[in-house]
Parts: sequence; C-alpha cells; structure tokens
Amino acid sequence: MDKKSQGWEPKIIAFLCNWCSYAAADLAGVKRLRYPQNVRIVRVPCIGSVSPYFILFALRQGADAVIVSGCAPGDCHYRSGNLYARRRFQLFKNLFDFMGMEEDRLHFAWISAAEAELFVKTMQEVTDRVRTLGPLTYLKKSRP
Amino acid sequence: MPTEAIRSIAAKALEEKRVGLVIGFTPGASPLITQPAFIEESSAAGKLIWNDFCVGNLAKHLLRRDKKIGIIANGCASRNIVVYIVENQIKREDIYIIGVPCQGMLDRRKIKALSGRKKIKDIGTESGRVILSGDGFTKEYSRRELLRESCLYCRHKNPVIYDVLIGELTDENKETADQDIELMETQSTEERLEHFRTIFDRCTLCYACRNACPVCYCPTCFTDRTDPKWFDKPPASGDAFTFHLLRAMHCAGRCTDCGACESACPVGIPITKLTRKLNKDIRTLYNFEAGLSIETPSPLSVYDMEDPQDFILTEELKRKAKTITS
Repeated sequence: MDKKSQGWEPKIIAFLCNWCSYAAADLAGVKRLRYPQNVRIVRVPCIGSVSPYFILFALRQGADAVIVSGCAPGDCHYRSGNLYARRRFQLFKNLFDFMGMEEDRLHFAWISAAEAELFVKTMQEVTDRVRTLGPLTYLKKSRP
Repeated sequence: MPTEAIRSIAAKALEEKRVGLVIGFTPGASPLITQPAFIEESSAAGKLIWNDFCVGNLAKHLLRRDKKIGIIANGCASRNIVVYIVENQIKREDIYIIGVPCQGMLDRRKIKALSGRKKIKDIGTESGRVILSGDGFTKEYSRRELLRESCLYCRHKNPVIYDVLIGELTDENKETADQDIELMETQSTEERLEHFRTIFDRCTLCYACRNACPVCYCPTCFTDRTDPKWFDKPPASGDAFTFHLLRAMHCAGRCTDCGACESACPVGIPITKLTRKLNKDIRTLYNFEAGLSIETPSPLSVYDMEDPQDFILTEELKRKAKTITS
C-alpha cells in the first residue's frame, strides 16, 4: 500500500436518489453510524435521471470511482425510473469493463430509505475495493 | 451488379412523380470510394451506381426534408429507416424504399494494405473472388478476406422493409456473430485497456464517425457543447476514450452495425468493436436487435421487472451474506 502511505485517499462520488438512498444516508447520520469520508454525495431526483455522461464527468474531474444508488425495483417514487436505469447501467457497466476499466470503479446499488446499515456497508465495501485499485489516472482531465 | 435496375427504377419513380428526390450512390474520387448522390431529374438517374464500396449509410440523408424521397437501401440502411420510423423522425409513407439485397461491402483499407498501396485502376468481382488490377499488376483475393468487419459479421443482408426489391433475397448468415468480441472478452482488463489505449491514441476527435452515423442526429451533439466542454484539441489523455464510450452508449439499442462510422474514420479506428459489443449484450440480455420491426420500441425505452441485475452491488452483498449464513 505505498499509494496510501503517500497520503492518497480515494475520492468516490455517490449519486443517490432523493427518495430512498439519500434518505438512507440521512438515517445513517441520525443513527450516528460512521461511513468512509471518501464518499461525496450528489443528490438526484431519481437514478433514472442519471446519465452515463454524469458518471464519466465525475471520473474525468478526478473521482476514482462512482456509485449510483436508488430504490429497489418496485419501490421507485416515480414507479419505473430505476427500471429504465437498470437496463442503461447494465449496458454501460458491461461496455466500461469491456474497454479495459477495472470493474470496481463503477458500482450500482439498491438501498431503501430504511437501510442505513446497508448504506454504510456498501460505502465501506466500495471504498475498500477502490483503495486496493489505486487512483484512476487515465481518465483524469489534466488542465493546463 | 444491380446498377441498371436501380437506374431504371429511380428514373421511373421520378418520372411518375412518385418521389421528388432519389438518394443513391455515385462514383467517388477513386474506384474504391463512392459518394451519396441526390437525383431530382429522371435524366440524371444514370449517375447512380451500386458496387462493392457503397459503405456510407444513405438513411442519414432522409432527415429534415420536405418531399417524398426514394432511397436505395440494403439490409443495414433499411434497418436504420425502421429506427427512424420507431423514433418518429420520418413517416413510412414519405419514403419509397428501393431494396437491394447486399453481398457485403469491401474494406478499402484492407485492399490498400494487401495491394501494397499501389494505385488500383479497376476492380472486378466474380463468384466470391475479387480481382484488383492497376499499372502492371493483377491480384486475386477471396471476397471474404476483403470484407469490412461489419459485413463479415452481418446477420441482415436483406432489406427489412422495401417498396420494390431489386434482384433476389439472399441467404442470411444465421450462425452467431461477434466471435472477435467473444475473444476480446476472454482477455484480461489490462490487455483490453492497452488495446483500446493504443487505438484511441490515433483518434483526432474529428467526429467523422458521428457525422457518418445515421443514429447520431441530435441537433446539438454533446461534443459540441461548451458547458461542460468535454474535449480539447488536441485531445488530452482519456478524451478519445470518453468520446467513443459515450457515443457508443448513445447508440445503444439503435445501432444497426452498418459500419459507416468505421468506414468514415480517417485513421482506421475499429469503432464498431464497441457498438457490436453493445449489440451483442442487448441481443443476449434483452433479446432485441435494432431496426427489425416498426412495432418494437428501443430496448432502453422499455423495461421488464425480471431484467437481470447481477451487476448491482447490494445484490452481490446479499448473495454473499446468504452463502456465509447457510
């Protein structure tokens, strides 16, 4: 772990849906559960609104990994947003892996508003996995 | 070659005022190139040709027109017309489709590489053989080794919809396609990244692939946006990777693998590897192929409760927890 000794900490962007996963993060706070500080949360109305562009944009701006989390199938506030997203992200993840990116750079999760523990566990898991991968350098946009 | 039949049908359709414009191919600057032709007078129908280098996708030129159009369409172009109809870009009754069963188009890059970059003056084809000739040389190849990648793995040579058909329908290649993609999937992540990195280092972000692509018809492409500004010139590390990934994603479930992008690329990037990977996944996961039916919506605009979700991390964690407790 020489990268960690140099002070590198993974930066993880989490796109959370307003109705389930963001509420789970909120509940984790209320319950005083600790989750890694490496996770930066972006609240979105529904994960059906998360475009692959957002993910690439985060990775290009310096994120080492992205996790997108929403309501489980059947629980979506807008009834079917997560189901459209599931198809889109399945294809996106397959293509992302196919193009030679590590599969642990990109994660998707179903976390309901009551599952604060699952939220913490998931964020811990993602952070651990990215920590072993090291920083993402290839996609990072270098500004002159 | 169905050139004569295309000319007479196009001339007749224009004369009868069935259409106001016929879109077809006409010879380009070299025998290995064709360019689109827009014929409005029946007397000009003699310009139309059909040969082994009709690699562009004519469906691209159907959009934003105000008259009834006749179009020469082989398998992939007809599928793109279906995609346009599904996406409400054109109406079926505004298009007069002259269907041509396709034998696959030849790759001018493969020909140039094999002929040692000598100037080719004439190309003859007969029963599965291609004969190239120029100043002081004649070479013969099997048709299969000169085919473009997309045509090599093509599963729909016959037009899907047409008003008039030229010649006879050919036999389709029913065996599973995409052997090259399956081979790449067995490679390691590092090997694949290295492969794509070397390929994308050649990309200059000229967007010729986007301009040639029939499903790239957004009024403002994300590459042209200034906020956020996605790409710099000259391209920085990761720019080409991002562009090709996002463009392929945008074509998911709509790409008919016509190969126009790859043929338009000035530096020979195998772009269809990405779109064919997506097409393969869509075929296996959602049992869908783009442009086969006017009734079926795009796979990304519908869903099924039972769609596979093994890739979801929380599902993976739940599976793990189950195996530990049991």
